[in-house]
Amino acid sequence: MSAERLFHRQRPGAELLIRGAYVLDPRTDLDGPHDILIRGGRIAELGGPGSLPGPPDGETLDAAGKHAFPAFVDPHAHLRTPGQEYKEDLDTGTAAAAAGGFCALIAMPNTQPVVDEAAILGSLVDRARREARVPVGFLASITHGLRGKELTEMAALRDAGALGFTDDGLPVVSAGMLRKALQYQRLCGGVVSLHEEDPALSGDGVMHEGAVSARVGLAGIPSVSESTMVARDAALAAYEDARVHFQHLSCAESVRALADAKAGGARVSGEVCPHHLTLTDDAVRTLDSRFKMNPPLRTEVDRRALVEALKSGVLDCIATDHAPHARHEKEVPFELAAMGTTGLETAFAALLTELVIPGELDLATVVERMSAGGALYGLTTPRIAVNEIANLCLVDLDARFQVGEEGYASRSANCCFHGRALCGRVLLTVAAGAIAFRRPMLVQLPTSGFARGATLPSGAGLGRGANA
Amino acid sequence: MSAHMPRHLISIDDLDRAGIERILDRAESFAEVSGREIKKVPALRGRTIVNLFYEASTRTSSSFELAAKRLSADVVSIRSAGSSVDKGESLKDTVQTLSAYDPAAIVIRSPNAGAAQLVAGWTAAAVINAGDGKHEHPTQALLDVFTLRRRLGTLDGTRIWIVGDVLHSRVARSNILAFTRMGARVTVCGPPTLIPRGIETLGCEATPSIERLHEAEVVYVLRMQHERMSESFVPSLREYSARYQVSPGRLRPGQLLMHPGPVNRGVELSADAIDSPQALIGEQVKAGVAVRMAVLYELLVGSPMLEAVA
Repeated sequence: MSAERLFHRQRPGAELLIRGAYVLDPRTDLDGPHDILIRGGRIAELGGPGSLPGPPDGETLDAAGKHAFPAFVDPHAHLRTPGQEYKEDLDTGTAAAAAGGFCALIAMPNTQPVVDEAAILGSLVDRARREARVPVGFLASITHGLRGKELTEMAALRDAGALGFTDDGLPVVSAGMLRKALQYQRLCGGVVSLHEEDPALSGDGVMHEGAVSARVGLAGIPSVSESTMVARDAALAAYEDARVHFQHLSCAESVRALADAKAGGARVSGEVCPHHLTLTDDAVRTLDSRFKMNPPLRTEVDRRALVEALKSGVLDCIATDHAPHARHEKEVPFELAAMGTTGLETAFAALLTELVIPGELDLATVVERMSAGGALYGLTTPRIAVNEIANLCLVDLDARFQVGEEGYASRSANCCFHGRALCGRVLLTVAAGAIAFRRPMLVQLPTSGFARGATLPSGAGLGRGANA
Repeated sequence: MSAHMPRHLISIDDLDRAGIERILDRAESFAEVSGREIKKVPALRGRTIVNLFYEASTRTSSSFELAAKRLSADVVSIRSAGSSVDKGESLKDTVQTLSAYDPAAIVIRSPNAGAAQLVAGWTAAAVINAGDGKHEHPTQALLDVFTLRRRLGTLDGTRIWIVGDVLHSRVARSNILAFTRMGARVTVCGPPTLIPRGIETLGCEATPSIERLHEAEVVYVLRMQHERMSESFVPSLREYSARYQVSPGRLRPGQLLMHPGPVNRGVELSADAIDSPQALIGEQVKAGVAVRMAVLYELLVGSPMLEAVA
């Protein structure tokens, strides 16, 4: 795996028969009940439900009525290590990923210290080899200390294992500085990923600028703060023929800028977060700091544009932007609260509940886009097919659960879906061939009666939860 | 007098029209108390009220303190300077510490939107928002409605212009809500840089031009803070005053003039406008005590008033 620049604690390959799960993998055209036999961590055989014998030295799971998907890959998570382990560390962060059905994730470098030197990245890679429950890839920063002034030693960082580069959390304000990074990419490779925001337009904003910010008296971050930078940097990418990825896009204007750049042949891609796909700034009327994140929740028009762009492929993948914070950093007035929401453990359920069940998005698209983030960084995409290393998750689409303060594998509980009843619980995650997560017990609310088997009704009675 | 009273007063949205009227009616009877030689009633005797002010304030803090004392409550007033807040104690810890005294109400002023609502989640006391960031200042709006209702009888159909820095004004937000709830038609007017995008969704009109100010029956002028110049919201004080200062020349006879204070003389208001008979600024301050007595009373006692006032 290290050839793939992914690092984790090696564990013995699973010996497992998953019997009778409804297997959905849009890339391998699997869409029906199957047995999946895993031997030594590889998918050894696929067969009709009940057709395969269990492995002699392994176990058999009765998965009738459950769904098996290629496991998810998160191209954007904050594991807070090194330096802020009170929020999250490699063990808890990857445990949260596994609990959410992810078989791999990419960690951001805005830690303390910033991952801006090969030695720091090297020690992080060593820690991941000891602690990570699922494979982790790392981005290094574009500039030293995220200060936007001098480039990091990008080639050395690539040699130390960096998948790419980002100053995530902050934009690269200077177009000249970004241009140099894009030129240097020709030497060292690696994707340059961008958090897009014009600080002069964002000002001291803490939420989307619009009717809600006018009402509650919070300083606004206009959509154009993001979209003007997307347009600028897409032009730079095209000019330098560089590979650029736009992180956590949040508004309709950015989607248009990305679509234009793609149509013009630029090598650009974009990700979108579950919270931007399911919530709007209307939620901020409550002044609940769980809804404070950057980029901010935007309007219903923006939300719909993001869903459409995800459908059409203008947005390539789903990323959680999992951003854990300690309780005391969120239990303060909105303006003072830390930016960000946790997301690894609720991403799939939120999308299933808020988009798939109401009929806005089909399940296959969600599964495809949730596992697409790694390929953008040159990683192998999980596939359910014979001879592939097993990277899959088993999900009970019927299981409803209440998102609360308790029960997270993550060290933090600052989830924007707090208080909602969501459908879809991950029961099992196999990552890099090994069982990374298994739900010890399933505390279930009454089932929704939804999706028992093959077809997905377009409106199964669970309307969009009010965005409040 | 059957209006529903909320447990806390955080936002004007906590009150419907009947609720506002009930507080104003109660304030009328307390105004009468304030006219007596002994300005005190025993309504809150033995109960404790904490005033927690994280921001400088003269009239709001003094009128809350006076209101509580005139209702015979025990009052603890805490300002951020010199308190444990100064030593870095979090809002939550401070509130939980003060809640150990079992106060009936906590009155809070904070530089941050949503602070009063957070406090309400951490204490068993009733919470009254005395201004939270740029969000709301509901008791200011109530005393302004009280003042206008006394003068006009009703706000129904009254045209009110709110002039100045709407963007940074919690008073503007609470007053737009309260005035429109009472039937007035509100227009906000100010430099385009100081009118928040989307303000019309609060139910008012917005215009950068002061030309039609004469249409208003009431002109409500907001405080213009000097630091807005350095932040380039307006190019200069001179340009602001030339375009937006309300002076007798801009007022027509019969228009009422209001301001939440403290006034920057010669900036948003000319000196002679402040001192003109059209100005209700002194009445607003006076109304503050009676209205805050009414708010405390309605939240903490509620029903029959006769024995309390008698």
